Amino acid sequence: MSAHPLAGVIAAGARLISGVQVQWVDSAPDARQAVYFANHSSHLDFVVLWSSLPAEVRALTRPVAAQDYWSAGFRKALAVNVFRAVLVARHAATCEAQQEPADPHLAIEHMLQAMGERESLILFPEGTRGTGDEVAAFKSGLYYLCQQRPGLRLVPAYLNNLNRILPKGEVLPVPFLSRLTFGPAITLDAGESKPAFLLRAREAVCRLKDL
Amino acid sequence: MKNLDPQLVWALSGVLGLLTISSLIGWMIKLAVKKPEAQATIRNLNSRIAAWWVMSAIFGLTMVLGQIGSLVLFGLMSLLALREYVTLLPTRRADHRTLFWSFFIFTPLQYVLIGIHWYGMFAILIPVYAFLFVPTRLAIAGDTELFLERASAIQWGLMVCVYCLSYAPALLMLQIPGYAPDAKLLLYLVLVDQLSDVLQYVWGKLLGKHKIAPVVSPNKTWEGFIGGVATATLIGTALWWMTPFRPWVAAVVSLSITLMGFAGGLTMSAIKRDRGVKDYGTLIKGHGGILDRMDSMCFAAPVFFHIVRYFYVR
Repeated sequence: MSAHPLAGVIAAGARLISGVQVQWVDSAPDARQAVYFANHSSHLDFVVLWSSLPAEVRALTRPVAAQDYWSAGFRKALAVNVFRAVLVARHAATCEAQQEPADPHLAIEHMLQAMGERESLILFPEGTRGTGDEVAAFKSGLYYLCQQRPGLRLVPAYLNNLNRILPKGEVLPVPFLSRLTFGPAITLDAGESKPAFLLRAREAVCRLKDL
Repeated sequence: MKNLDPQLVWALSGVLGLLTISSLIGWMIKLAVKKPEAQATIRNLNSRIAAWWVMSAIFGLTMVLGQIGSLVLFGLMSLLALREYVTLLPTRRADHRTLFWSFFIFTPLQYVLIGIHWYGMFAILIPVYAFLFVPTRLAIAGDTELFLERASAIQWGLMVCVYCLSYAPALLMLQIPGYAPDAKLLLYLVLVDQLSDVLQYVWGKLLGKHKIAPVVSPNKTWEGFIGGVATATLIGTALWWMTPFRPWVAAVVSLSITLMGFAGGLTMSAIKRDRGVKDYGTLIKGHGGILDRMDSMCFAAPVFFHIVRYFYVR
């Protein structure tokens, strides 16, 4: 899959606006298939995470985004053509509190199809944007993905300050410096229960907050 | 590139020579000193020198472009400095729109006022209008938690990162009888101020023993302070020919630049210590953020401007 000609420019612009400082703790960028998962507090989250991956990794990485927000006009063109976002339908499009996908199995199927053999995903397992103070409990999608793809690598990441740059409910950004910390990949253990795995995955993200 | 002032060309060539000598010295130290415990300092020294080349090139280029170049450069530096500053603040959700105004209305406006040479408004935009606007906008936002702390911190950031720093390019609007109105005074201020920082660092590394402010800035020493201020003042005096000053006035003015620069470095360090960080940012390799480099300039520029304006304009 070749990158959109504007991808590099948009990625550089996103890094400039977010002033993001990227660090890889006990890990390194890697183009192998993975699911990058992080805390969610801003519409900018996936743009910044995607922009912070090295170009060759970025070219193989597709964010999973809510269809209702990214489905019209300029945003859609950007999401579909540049980010190659995998758009997933949520319940009532107008109600952010309804975070579970309309049909979870269909959504998982959709993501697996989008991944194919080589491509990676960016996923926000909280399902909706929080205030940035706390990381909410994870939805089940991550678990189902791993069940369908045994051995799938999950790379945790923590995004700091994006909620200050563009908080929920604001249209105009304020330039703060942000931080993005990646941690070592985890995988679903054989026989691990869904709640235990989701807790462990959430912990893998939270521990990166102050590193 | 319309016919450049020969004095400006001389001064810029001097900077080029200084950079070349610094790079040679940095390279020789790297070859000569093998002690493992000194390696980190030497690496930092050489990345600082490398960054100086880049900074000088950018600054030199904007000088050649004339007033618009200097305004764009310092305007961007104000935005970057303000960004580093507010990132360290414990801002709340309700501050968002006030901050938006600070970044995207007040900061550009301040530099536009310099561009159109409206001194009367340039001098009060932030101390009067932004000063009153910030708490009003915060009150409208309706969150009263730590209200005074939040309002003051934003006002203070605008004053230091935007208002004070904008005094450097504002030198270009001063009309001094018998003195060509170009970027020489700005270059003079930048040279004396930045050389004072560098020389305080160099003297401190060579002779530094007695800490001057151990809590606020552990790397500052009396030896570095006195050596740096003295040599930077000497250089500032020797450069009197590029200013409207007589030599002894150049000495007094240089001394005030170096002392105000020291005050700026110390004050901005106090904020860093309070917030528990070493540097404001990572933009300039070896130096830290924009504010780590421009802290002295924020304090030196307004005082230098008003000295010149009071004694030399009209």
